Amino acid sequence: MSDVIDRPILAEQVAAQSRLRIIDCDVHPSIHAHSDIEQFMPKRWQQHLRTYGSHLRTPYIGTTPYPRSSPLIARRDAWPPTGGPPGSDLDFMRKQHLDPLDIEFGILQVLDLFIFSQQNLEFGAAIQRAINDWQLAFWSDRDPRLKASILAGQDDTEFAIAEIERCAKIGRYVQINVCPRANEPLGRRRYWPIYARAQELGLPLGIHVGGYGGHAPTGGGWPSYYVEEHQSNAHTMAAQLTSLVLEGVLERFPNLKIVFIEGGFGWIPSATWRMDRHFEAFRSEVPHLKRRPSEYVKEHFWFTTQPIDEPDEAKHLRSLIEWVGADRLLFSSDYPHWDFDDPRYAFKTPLTETERRKIFNSNARALYKL
Amino acid sequence: MARHIVARTSDIPPGGNKVFGVEGRDIVVFHVNGEFFALLNRCPHEGAPLEKAACVARLTSPEPGVYQRSRVGELLRCPWHGWEFDMRNGQSWFDPKRVKVRSYPVAVESGEELQKGPYVAETFPVHVEDSYVIIET
Repeated sequence: MSDVIDRPILAEQVAAQSRLRIIDCDVHPSIHAHSDIEQFMPKRWQQHLRTYGSHLRTPYIGTTPYPRSSPLIARRDAWPPTGGPPGSDLDFMRKQHLDPLDIEFGILQVLDLFIFSQQNLEFGAAIQRAINDWQLAFWSDRDPRLKASILAGQDDTEFAIAEIERCAKIGRYVQINVCPRANEPLGRRRYWPIYARAQELGLPLGIHVGGYGGHAPTGGGWPSYYVEEHQSNAHTMAAQLTSLVLEGVLERFPNLKIVFIEGGFGWIPSATWRMDRHFEAFRSEVPHLKRRPSEYVKEHFWFTTQPIDEPDEAKHLRSLIEWVGADRLLFSSDYPHWDFDDPRYAFKTPLTETERRKIFNSNARALYKL
Repeated sequence: MARHIVARTSDIPPGGNKVFGVEGRDIVVFHVNGEFFALLNRCPHEGAPLEKAACVARLTSPEPGVYQRSRVGELLRCPWHGWEFDMRNGQSWFDPKRVKVRSYPVAVESGEELQKGPYVAETFPVHVEDSYVIIET
């Protein structure tokens, strides 16, 4: 059939090029049951989890800020045959994802229990600690390909710093994660102690979309639909990029590296062009900035690729990659979520061998010191 | 055109499906409302296995607030990104380019033809003969 779109399979691609192992910068493990993490929590908070559970900053009871398209935002083929939610079974993750796609390293991103958005900050800190320990015990210890991130809810900076110190001593985490939907824009000084520690430790700051910040995710208010919420992820990330740059975070922390995860990258050129132009008019308002905003973006930020933009014409994606820079992009699959990108088919425009190597492997290898 | 006898009709329960390796391709056969449909077991977008697709109804809305369900169980919803395909011919209903398609004059004429996207999952004719499912490739 002439109108069938067919794409080359991996074996054919590999035959034509040198074998390229993949570093996947967004893999979601899930807790199988609360009992998995209880062993890492004091009795007091185990009881709290069972009795009260989450108390979140959200106006809608029982909803999630993550893009629903199927139950638990998961691929329909990612439910483990052994039971439990998608992402909760390491053997199945290996069989379905890590092995067939030749994943050299997968960076873990935990979303369970909305740890960044807990209103009870002590409870939030307790589950952060538990999940940080659980990432090693259940995932990294059992499969050295899987790399953990230090989850640090930034709205109680003291707890966050204590947790960063504790995990840094263990020495096996590759990133410090904070949330893009915090109480205040991420450039505000109340969060700077976290950035200071990240810089000193040489760990990138990871910022994955989602969470409940208590604020509407768009400037226009709360969206009606999940498709609208999904669209707003880009607005939220753009607002945080702007805040981090304009508040002078990168001027104050010149070695800080920041990874925006699952925010896409189509909005980056426009956001930076606009900031540069405004900077020319407003620079006396922000004299702490010594360079054009785009220069901070080019030096300090990396962007994971999923959900990749799919313009009607492949050449537009091509231009986008050139504008953002192949040096700034990190491949991510978002496994096992429904908007998963398959590394074999996600880029609907040809990449050069050099670009492929950077995006699928060497950028992340250098950034995370793998 | 080769004919392949792949199963008895009773091998595929109503509402279920089964995958058959035919000439090096995985072909998935669905049993819906007494009929059988065969498609290449691969979404043309990113290659997801269509055997895991949800079999859904066609949901249409002539205007906000008015909703119609039809063709119950005959539309496939890809297990990854939710692209919808008509089981009968593999035609996609969900298509990122649809906004352009709708802007053509035909889009105003109403009817199924207008909403068809350019992507077509590969389909194969299916015959039921003496309760066997036969795929033509």
